[in-house]
Amino acid sequence: MKAVAFAYARATSVVNALELLAAHGDKAKVLSGGQSLMPAMNLRLLSPDILIDIGGLAELRGIAVRGDVLVVGALTRHVDLLGSPEIALHAPLLRDAVAHVAHPAIRNRGTIGGSLAHADPASELPACVLALDATIVVRGPAGERRIAATEFFKGIYETALSPDELLVAVEVPVAGQGTAFFFQEYARRHGDYAIVGLAACAVVAASSFSDLRLGFFAVGDRPVLAAAAGKLINASVTPALLAEATAALADELDPQEDQQATAAMRRHLAAALLRRCAAALLARPELEKGATR
Amino acid sequence: MSAPVSVSLLVNGEPIDAVVLPRLNLADFIREHLKLTGTHVGCEHGVCGACTVRVDGEIVRSCLMLTVQAQGASVETIEGLSDSGEIADLQAAFRERNALQCGYCTPGMLMTAQDLLKHVSMPDRPAIREHLSGNYCRCTGYQAIVDAVEATARTRAERRA
Ligand SMILES: Cc1cc2nc3c(=O)[nH]c(=O)nc-3n(C[C@H](O)[C@H](O)[C@H](O)COP(=O)(O)OP(=O)(O)OC[C@H]3O[C@@H](n4cnc5c(N)ncnc54)[C@H](O)[C@@H]3O)c2cc1C
Ligand code: FES
Ligand code: FES
Repeated sequence: MKAVAFAYARATSVVNALELLAAHGDKAKVLSGGQSLMPAMNLRLLSPDILIDIGGLAELRGIAVRGDVLVVGALTRHVDLLGSPEIALHAPLLRDAVAHVAHPAIRNRGTIGGSLAHADPASELPACVLALDATIVVRGPAGERRIAATEFFKGIYETALSPDELLVAVEVPVAGQGTAFFFQEYARRHGDYAIVGLAACAVVAASSFSDLRLGFFAVGDRPVLAAAAGKLINASVTPALLAEATAALADELDPQEDQQATAAMRRHLAAALLRRCAAALLARPELEKGATR
Repeated sequence: MSAPVSVSLLVNGEPIDAVVLPRLNLADFIREHLKLTGTHVGCEHGVCGACTVRVDGEIVRSCLMLTVQAQGASVETIEGLSDSGEIADLQAAFRERNALQCGYCTPGMLMTAQDLLKHVSMPDRPAIREHLSGNYCRCTGYQAIVDAVEATARTRAERRA
């Protein structure tokens, strides 16, 4: 199908985009890469009166290191994350994750800002920003707001952004000494939305976790920073302890059933990913098998 | 509301000025306004890849891009790649190996395969499959397509050597 008619405004600056948003309220939609918005409009799931195209705003582009944070502009495309030396050095989790996002032609246009604002619970990047303890920087009529990633995702396609605000950047703490990352997902085909996935960030010291942040996706109405990780921090990770953690994980997740998987299958796969993650990050392959009873 | 917007772009190197409705996507502009019907339209929501074109040298879904977003851009369609001879060897390999039957997916396949071959000189079969993973073919079963891309990569590598 084709999109219903709408008006189009090409924003000339962030300030101009905010003025346009203020003037049109929730009848407007921001257009970045269009890789989620256009499908929804072509399928007539959405029919905004006006699109505000921010795609040409150079001020929203680019990746820069400022002190110990990596600032990623909202218009940074998936393909830019894949190729960026700064990302590879300071936040390789984003590079590993984005390789699983859609296909090359879509990665050439889709942006990190669009992906986070869209907040698909099966999306990779939202789970990554949880695991990385990132901050989402937004601008609105009242100025700038900085929102912790853990406070940003509110439900299916729902975030803390209000209709008159623009997501302008993501700030990611640069990876320190001993920081290690893990990314894996189950999908039917490379590039498809995940059935279940895990983006993790850990600090490993003396063969144990001194920190562990587990960002699961496609396990509920939003990405989940799993509390079960707490069981594995500053502890000697035995198969029995890992079994306790996977049991706690199954209790805390509230996955939905859809044509891809049942809730039980999603819990099962999430547990398998947690075991793999612990095994990989601690370099103890035997942990992947789980406890023998 | 939804007033027509003027847009200037290059299509296959030729300057085009047009006045279009914002809702007109680039695929329909190419097919219906410019009558370049090599770009195909399958799903209109990004999943099939039949509408793949190059914009400023990078492949994109023309069903997910508005014509007005192509303001100032250089768009290349399958007609452009074909007429310039850029993919003559790839097209020949597709024919030789029966990598097309109905041909609906073929323009998008060629666009995407050429994009891979430009970036990676000797991709292995998993890399070829991964790069083409967003392009559906309902006829060939993909095997012959992967064969054709692999064969083209090999002959290009030999030619360079
Ligand atoms: C076939 C296909 C497969 C895909 N597979 C995956 C996948 O496996 N994983 C995945 O994560 N994604 C996938 N995607 C989606 C893709 O990653 C999108 O690029 C991304 O979700 C949205 O980014 P965008 O820049 O295209 O945003 P747009 O489509 O332009 O916008 C998306 C939404 O966010 C809002 N928005 C955009 N930018 C801003 C901003 N700066 N401030 C405020 N609001 C904003 C828009 O108004 C809109 O509501 C797929 C898409 C397609 C077509
Ligand atoms: S028509 Fe554009 S991807 Fe299917
Ligand atoms: S040849 Fe018919 S769809 Fe590919």
